[in-house]
Amino acid sequence: MNAPNTPTALIAEDESLLADALQAELATLWPALRIAASVGDGASAVTQALNLQPDVLFFDIRMPALSGIEAAAALADAWVTEGPGAKPFPALVFVTAYDQYAVAAFEAQAIDYLLKPVQTERLQKTVTKLQAALANRSQPAASFEATLGQLRALLGGTPTPAAAPLKVIQASSSSAQGSTIHMVPIDEVLYFEAADKYVRVLTAAREYLIRTPLKELLGQLDPQVFWQIHRGTVVRAQAIASVTRDEAGKTSLNLRGIPDRLSVSRLYSHLFKAM
Amino acid sequence: MNAATIDAARHKLLVRIQRDLLPVLVINTVIALGLTAFAGGAFDQQMVYSHSIGASIWLAIQLASSWWIKDHSRQWRRLFVIVPLGVTVGYATGITIGSWLLNHPTAGVAAVLAAHPRQTLGMLLLSLSAGGALTYYFMSREQLARAREEMAVSAAQTEAAQRHATEAQLKLLETQLEPHMLFNTLANLRALIGVDARRAQDMLDRLVAYLRATLAASRASTYSLGAEFERLNDYLELMRVRMGARLQFALDLPPELAGQQIPPLLLQALVENSIKHGLEPSVQGGRINIRAARAGSQLVLQVQDSGVGLHAGDSAPSPTGSGFGLSQVRERLQASHGAQAALTVAEATGGGTIVTITLPINP
Repeated sequence: MNAPNTPTALIAEDESLLADALQAELATLWPALRIAASVGDGASAVTQALNLQPDVLFFDIRMPALSGIEAAAALADAWVTEGPGAKPFPALVFVTAYDQYAVAAFEAQAIDYLLKPVQTERLQKTVTKLQAALANRSQPAASFEATLGQLRALLGGTPTPAAAPLKVIQASSSSAQGSTIHMVPIDEVLYFEAADKYVRVLTAAREYLIRTPLKELLGQLDPQVFWQIHRGTVVRAQAIASVTRDEAGKTSLNLRGIPDRLSVSRLYSHLFKAM
Repeated sequence: MNAATIDAARHKLLVRIQRDLLPVLVINTVIALGLTAFAGGAFDQQMVYSHSIGASIWLAIQLASSWWIKDHSRQWRRLFVIVPLGVTVGYATGITIGSWLLNHPTAGVAAVLAAHPRQTLGMLLLSLSAGGALTYYFMSREQLARAREEMAVSAAQTEAAQRHATEAQLKLLETQLEPHMLFNTLANLRALIGVDARRAQDMLDRLVAYLRATLAASRASTYSLGAEFERLNDYLELMRVRMGARLQFALDLPPELAGQQIPPLLLQALVENSIKHGLEPSVQGGRINIRAARAGSQLVLQVQDSGVGLHAGDSAPSPTGSGFGLSQVRERLQASHGAQAALTVAEATGGGTIVTITLPINP
């Protein structure tokens, strides 16, 4: 186990030269920081971060398996914030070659970012900021909320402006008799759920499968009517009967009309507050 | 005729009235002055007749030509019928209007002709020459305006085509100098300088060669296959520094094919696709094989990767090849070789993607 005052960090970067260089620079600028692990893809970043519970995360944005942003979102969702042994969510630093997400442009700058090639002076600033943040963790909940907000914005990316809101879902199904296109009015849809290569479309009566990715679908849905509650789930707000939060801090939904229970990602649980 | 065409015709007539009013009034007044001076009579009466006849002739010619001449450049000869006819009809109408205005006995054209044959024929002849001259003047002015308009349109088209070509060239250059590739390479270079100066130098040399070739190729219209393979080698070596063991590659170019000409950066786009959509999303990475071969009179170029394949991920190219990189390659093949060139995309056996281009071979 770490000595209580030794800060730890996790580096996720798929180019090993860059991971080594960052580690070497950090060793000079912040000798007290211990690199708990250095991983090369987004999925390992999530598992290792959950295992090692570091104080700081350096995530490359473009990585195989999961992007740095997706990995951070998955980690935020799985992070234990309550109960014994709960640690504050790590401070996040994104490292990217090209700032297509305009990370710096966000109002709530909960997440720092570094542009590659990382310059020593710039890294020094980040280190100073991180040291101050670790020394002064008075309101971990507030800073976690700010991080969630920024991740949400990053994941939303640039929503493709909907040409026209979708009115009908066209779902095909095939059987021995041939294939059929079902015309499902959008008003009948209770929720959409991403499943492997398909998106499941649920109505009170039955389930359909479509191939349009959820991300693309989102752009064509009215955000007032359909709410994203999870990376892979978009639900009709009026179909939600109740929202429950268990002792572990997990939020889930009960729907009207069908017995399905949907779990709400922590990233989107801000949607549900009592009036 | 529906309401819209009537509206359009009315608008056209109004425009012409506006345009022709002054010359018509001037000519009518000149004729009235001339007649007063040489044929005698009261000037005010000559003015009334001259203007009624002139206006009637103008209107007759305008109406007839707008109905009967749709395409001026091909049907302008019809004016030889319209003008004399319009003058005669306009003259008769003008006489009638004039006599009505002056409260003269409206004897009708036939009676006037019988009473004063010489004067009437003279007046008709005078009107005919005035009408003809004015019509010629109006028509040539209109044609000049039309020619100017056509010139402006064709200039705009040329400009648009030029802009399109420049944009395509810029886009190509932009995909070659993709910021992620460039800055990641520079970041690796920066890292190497500290730990392995010799390798850093090597990497910098390759980057310089790659950039120089990219800039040159984006301006050239054709490029030798040998040069393209050299550039691919530079690019893949750069990528290997970055990806390490996650990237393996092999280039196979028979020496006798090195002189074959292809559109520049053609294979480059395919190899970048393989890296971006095939190998980079895979944690283990993979292998890229690039081959050129001769099959009869065809040059066959193949880029095969062992990456995640066609159906994984949202951004992977579709099997019809509608992904950005592929559609660009298709377009450029189409532009250089038309239907003689083909591009196919297939799932490679054992996973990954295989893209094949066939071109006619140069002798």
